[in-house]
Amino acid sequence: MALLEVTNLGIAFGGLQAVAQLDMKIEKGHLYGLIGPNGAGKTTVFNMLTGVYKPTEGDIILDGKNVTGKSAEKICRAGVARTFQNIRLFSNMTVLDNVKVGLHNQISYGLLTGILRLPGYFTKEKAMNERAMELLKIFDLDGEAHMLASSLPYGKQRKLEIARALATNPKLLLLDEPAAGMNPNETAELMETVRFVKDKFKIAILLIEHDMNFVMGICEHITVLDYGRVIASGTGDQVRNNPKVIAAYLGGD
Amino acid sequence: MEKLRARFRSINRDTRRDMFNYLLVIVVFVIMQLAVSGDLVSNSMQGQLVPICAYITMALSLNLTVGILGELSLGHGAFMSAGAFVGVLFTTLTQESIPSDGLRMLLAFVVGAVVAGLLGVIIGIPVLRLRGDYLAIVTLGFGEIVKNLLNVLYVGVDKDGLHATISSNGIVLGEGGQVIISGAMGISGRRISTFTMGFVLVLVALIIIQNLVRSRAGRAIMSIRDNRIAAEAMGINVTKYKLLAFTISAAIAGMAGVLYGHNYSSLQASKFDYNMSIQVLLFVVLGGMGSMRGSIIAATVLTILPEMLRGLKDYRMLFYAIVLIVVMIFNQSPQVAQWRAGLMEKMPHFGKKAGAKKEGN
Amino acid sequence: MEFLSYLLTGISLGSVYAIIALGYSMVYGIAKMLNFAHGDVIMVGGYMVFIFMNSLGLPAIVAILGAMAVCTLLGVVIERVAYKPLRSAGSLAVLITAIGVSYLLQNLALIIWGSTPKSFPSVVSFDGIKIGALSISGETIVTVLVSAVIMVALTLFINHSKTGHAMQAVAEDKGAAQLMGINVDATISITFAIGSALAAIAGALLCSTYPLLQPTTGAMPGIRAFVAAVFGGIGSIPGAMLGGILLGIIESLSKAYISTQLSDAVLFTVLIVVLLVKPTGLLGKKISEKV
Repeated sequence: MALLEVTNLGIAFGGLQAVAQLDMKIEKGHLYGLIGPNGAGKTTVFNMLTGVYKPTEGDIILDGKNVTGKSAEKICRAGVARTFQNIRLFSNMTVLDNVKVGLHNQISYGLLTGILRLPGYFTKEKAMNERAMELLKIFDLDGEAHMLASSLPYGKQRKLEIARALATNPKLLLLDEPAAGMNPNETAELMETVRFVKDKFKIAILLIEHDMNFVMGICEHITVLDYGRVIASGTGDQVRNNPKVIAAYLGGD
Repeated sequence: MEKLRARFRSINRDTRRDMFNYLLVIVVFVIMQLAVSGDLVSNSMQGQLVPICAYITMALSLNLTVGILGELSLGHGAFMSAGAFVGVLFTTLTQESIPSDGLRMLLAFVVGAVVAGLLGVIIGIPVLRLRGDYLAIVTLGFGEIVKNLLNVLYVGVDKDGLHATISSNGIVLGEGGQVIISGAMGISGRRISTFTMGFVLVLVALIIIQNLVRSRAGRAIMSIRDNRIAAEAMGINVTKYKLLAFTISAAIAGMAGVLYGHNYSSLQASKFDYNMSIQVLLFVVLGGMGSMRGSIIAATVLTILPEMLRGLKDYRMLFYAIVLIVVMIFNQSPQVAQWRAGLMEKMPHFGKKAGAKKEGN
Repeated sequence: MEFLSYLLTGISLGSVYAIIALGYSMVYGIAKMLNFAHGDVIMVGGYMVFIFMNSLGLPAIVAILGAMAVCTLLGVVIERVAYKPLRSAGSLAVLITAIGVSYLLQNLALIIWGSTPKSFPSVVSFDGIKIGALSISGETIVTVLVSAVIMVALTLFINHSKTGHAMQAVAEDKGAAQLMGINVDATISITFAIGSALAAIAGALLCSTYPLLQPTTGAMPGIRAFVAAVFGGIGSIPGAMLGGILLGIIESLSKAYISTQLSDAVLFTVLIVVLLVKPTGLLGKKISEKV
């Protein structure tokens, strides 16, 4: 059974059908790409998958459980984590604390344990710090652990968002334009890291990206969206040579 | 190993900051105690000691809501007055059954915290779903509701037990009955709060808030302040943690009220008005939103200062207003921040301080 | 008959709230901020009318025009000095600054004019009419008429003038409006100017009905009018009107039939209930956050 099964998913804002009849299957341990011209509805798909928007039709089945229309918080607990196109870090908190917020439901202790500093507080905090530092290290952010998140340069903020999302221990990770604003070197490095993350954590990754080298370079399966509908899907080569895709990107009919 | 050491240092840094704040409170208390026993403190200043502690506690409480949770409450005076009235009612009723003032006060603090905390839950559930600006107005309205209700509340005790009524005609009691809360005339109790109690209260409030901020729940609360949508996406139950912060803040304000209420022989609800809420807000803003140490210092200095500058009494409020505006623009405006950053670069010695703001020190 | 006269009082008071609420609602819609000091601009307007009429002996209409000019200037200066530097900061920062401005105006007034209430001369010079046992005061008639005229004029202005269209664009999306060549700063200033001029009119009418003028005169009516704006749906002109009048009626009736001391408690309870049941108000539209 697939990790994520999306059938006939759609959403309308007022009279505008932003996404319609979307079918998608995501298997454990694979990398997927979601591409399409600006305004094709890619981020809207992410917003539906993560509970920010409630779909007006269709089903989202995660690991056999129907999570359609559940709140963002519940969907995160069910195992879907994401990053944001316009970076949304906790900017007045440290890099380390950003990741520790991600660990919120992974390593848990009660309110009184925290306020009264019962023994559990120290052991759990230690475990949290260790786990968070491990994650930061993957993205080469361990040196900046105690800086404010807002003081990181742009590229590192994007990486921190991925580290924070991974902290929630997801089965499926959604990356919304992870390479935006990065130079070619940084992008190449990020490709390596994404692959590494997929293998190390044995998770599925679905990403939106405009950098075609990035998408074609690491995604095993690509879905192309235009005007809210799937116009093609398959491997990089299959998609690249699809006349509909070429037309959508070149703006022809 | 290097990394481990860096981490160790940082944990220490947070703890060090917290410890410094406790130490500051303790040292000031000891100095003041010595000064009082050495007769170095004027009578009017001695009279200010308990109110200062109450104001500090209020500032800490409001800072939890404004600086840590990132929401503005203009009705914190209501929680304080609830604590004051319930606390004084409690100590008056238990005067005979619990002879020790200290024990009675201790229990009164608990009762005041619970009642104010419950009020916090009741008002928080509907209100915390709202956008920030609405929340400010609704909490302001809530403060007015509590004030209005207390102004027409009569509570008395006679041989048949406790009687309470909401009316404009007062209360009718049996023979030998005693009126405790008398509408707009307020509540009359005994002055049994002491500077030591105030000191302990400040310390307790400080410990609760600082430990909260450094815990899992505290991080959840701050993450909501910084970015609600991202917090939800991290699996944080936003409503729960907002309500939690608001309730703890209300309970602490209630305790401040218990302390304050027992510093006067009679107390009217009108004391806890909009002006008081603004004054406490000023302490929080001036001390730095999110900085507990700042709140303590600002509350102390701004309570003592007007006492010393009596000649300028008329201009005090005006001064407060100007300070509030200037501090907000200076601290929060992106343009001013840029200008300051430019200035810092020219003076590298001061540059280090930038960047460590709002983390809760 | 008694009920009818309370109702009339409510409608008259509500019309004043409606004028104030229009100012709140426009500023909130366009600058996305709660201008806490709006109520205190009303108070300044009241003092200006008082000074122009009493000390300078000007006719009422000239006094009101003068007060409108002063308040317009005041509103624009407040926006430029205190709010503009914080436009891209968080809403909490602007809100606290606005509270500071409100406090500043109140305390300046206290120093300049003292805390003793001034008895305000009515700006309305005719006596009103009597229908059977029901007497309608001149103030009531003028207030209701003026607020109706303002609402119609403002609706026409916003829907049919170039500036009005610019205001709508800025309310919808500041960035996009800027790209379309709209001067966002000027548009926001105009909004504050209009809102403050309306506040001066509201001040004159409010003080004519309740002739006690003191530095805190504007505070509570200001807050009540904000409640009215929320009640009717923030950002909506007919909403502000409807909310204002409903709130005036609620206040008048609850003072008459429940208790004078509890009328604010009733008012805020209504607010809480409205926000729970329909957070966008009676005629407001939904604002959603872009992710």
